[in-house]
Amino acid sequence: MSRRTSPVIPGFGLTLGYTLVYLSLLVLIPLGAMFVHAAQLTWAEFWAIISAPRVLAALKLSFATAFAAAVINGIIGTLLAWTLVRYTFPGRKVIEAMIDLPFALPTAVAGIALTALYAPSGLVGQFATDLGFKIAYTPIGITLALTFVTLPFVVRTIQPVLADIPREVEEAAACLGAKPLQVFRHVLLPALLPAWLTGFSLAFARGVGEYGSVIFIAGNMPMKTEILPLLIMVKLDQYDYTGATAIGVLMLVVSFILLLLINLLQRQIAKS
Amino acid sequence: MSSVTLSASASANAARRGNVLGRRLLIISAWLVFVLFLVLPLFIVLSEALKHGFGTFFGAIFEPDAISALKLTLLAVGISVPLNLVFGVAAAWCVSKYEFRGKSILVTLIDLPFSVSPVIAGLIYVLLFGAQGFFGPWLREHDIQIIFALPGIVLATVFVTVPFVARELIPLMQEQGTQEEEAARLLGANGWQMFWHVTLPNIKWGLIYGVVLCTARAMGEFGAVSVVSGHIRGYTNTLPLHVEILYNEYNHVAAFSVASLLLLLAVFILLLKQWSESRINRLKASAGEE
Repeated sequence: MSRRTSPVIPGFGLTLGYTLVYLSLLVLIPLGAMFVHAAQLTWAEFWAIISAPRVLAALKLSFATAFAAAVINGIIGTLLAWTLVRYTFPGRKVIEAMIDLPFALPTAVAGIALTALYAPSGLVGQFATDLGFKIAYTPIGITLALTFVTLPFVVRTIQPVLADIPREVEEAAACLGAKPLQVFRHVLLPALLPAWLTGFSLAFARGVGEYGSVIFIAGNMPMKTEILPLLIMVKLDQYDYTGATAIGVLMLVVSFILLLLINLLQRQIAKS
Repeated sequence: MSSVTLSASASANAARRGNVLGRRLLIISAWLVFVLFLVLPLFIVLSEALKHGFGTFFGAIFEPDAISALKLTLLAVGISVPLNLVFGVAAAWCVSKYEFRGKSILVTLIDLPFSVSPVIAGLIYVLLFGAQGFFGPWLREHDIQIIFALPGIVLATVFVTVPFVARELIPLMQEQGTQEEEAARLLGANGWQMFWHVTLPNIKWGLIYGVVLCTARAMGEFGAVSVVSGHIRGYTNTLPLHVEILYNEYNHVAAFSVASLLLLLAVFILLLKQWSESRINRLKASAGEE
């Protein structure tokens, strides 16, 4: 671990050492401890915990809503980034600054605010009630909360890339007779896709683990609107540390595999 | 020949007309997203908080439990942000100034807490330091309490905010390279002089930006802190947890009043962020002109 290129600059040993010790003590060893704790279970016991219907329902709900929110943000985020980078219009600066609000706003505040808006009697929710459906206390509400919390990811990863694509490239393509959709497909898409996927996977990973904004709007009904992080919380409240650990491991492993797949896809695109 | 140019200019005109329409639609939808998704939640927090006037609003904010929650939140932020600030500078230093094997793995590990659920961040510390945890018996013998106390809250907060400062600094410092530091060294500066007089002024605004993001998250962290806090009113309740307790007691006005305090802090943080970002851009622009 020591191929320095700049021997003049001091501090390699100090900073690397500090970084490794800090990360190990605060992140790696504690996370490792969870896996050690889970390893005390036999496979059959582990399987029995994670294949319980309530766990599977929460697993499906968490990943499905996080995926849906990431897809929605993939679309809205791209359009927003495009509008903010390419057009000047009244209020652009305000919108630009406020895009990061979901990052700055504590998730519990976002949670109660969205619940107040989208509850069946809420400011927006009453319209849904009139139309005969519910937003809060359903998976739609969970997706909505996750979409809010992860809104900045796609916008912020795409914006710099979009700003770097010279407009001339698109104009040249258009002058050569390409239709707008063709320009998008052949010029913009290949350039944007890697950044888009990064934003998508950040939003997805955050959505799977999100807790604070979801629990207020979800209703938290077992089997129906109970997300995986909440289930860990429920097990902890019952002092079922083993159950909580098994679910935690399951969650980490599934997210890790999905992020790895997205990463592979990204490399595939970069190659071609 | 002329018919070709004619049809080309006609299609260019059509494209332009399409562009204007598309442009308007996009700007309108950006406004819609902004109003419906970002402004409306802010509005509802403030309007619910002030539903019964300023009296109840200030009553909820200056209530002793709310004050002690505010103090605890500030204390947790005050400890965890400096820790991650020092870590962020050290991590960014070794990642951006040197080449070594395993660097990309190190960067992945720095980012790892972003993809771990906050609830899991709390859980791992309970497994280590809780009554039934690895160090539980030892801690009890020595009468040290970590879980359901301040140290646990700080640990959980540090965990979820580990990457923020490092993440902002790494790209910035990579872009700046090592020439200025090398020059300082050759002119006889020692390591600390080089850092204080050359590196720090260069990364100042990026550092502030990272600290602002880190503070926002530390102040608002809910899931991780919720696991390790034990929710003891007046003792281990942070502001976001206090909001939850009030809300679950159907004391909605008080919950939204305390929430609006957090909201004002969030807006203040956004302004700080915008300011440091514009300074970074100005620096970049002036560097480009040189």
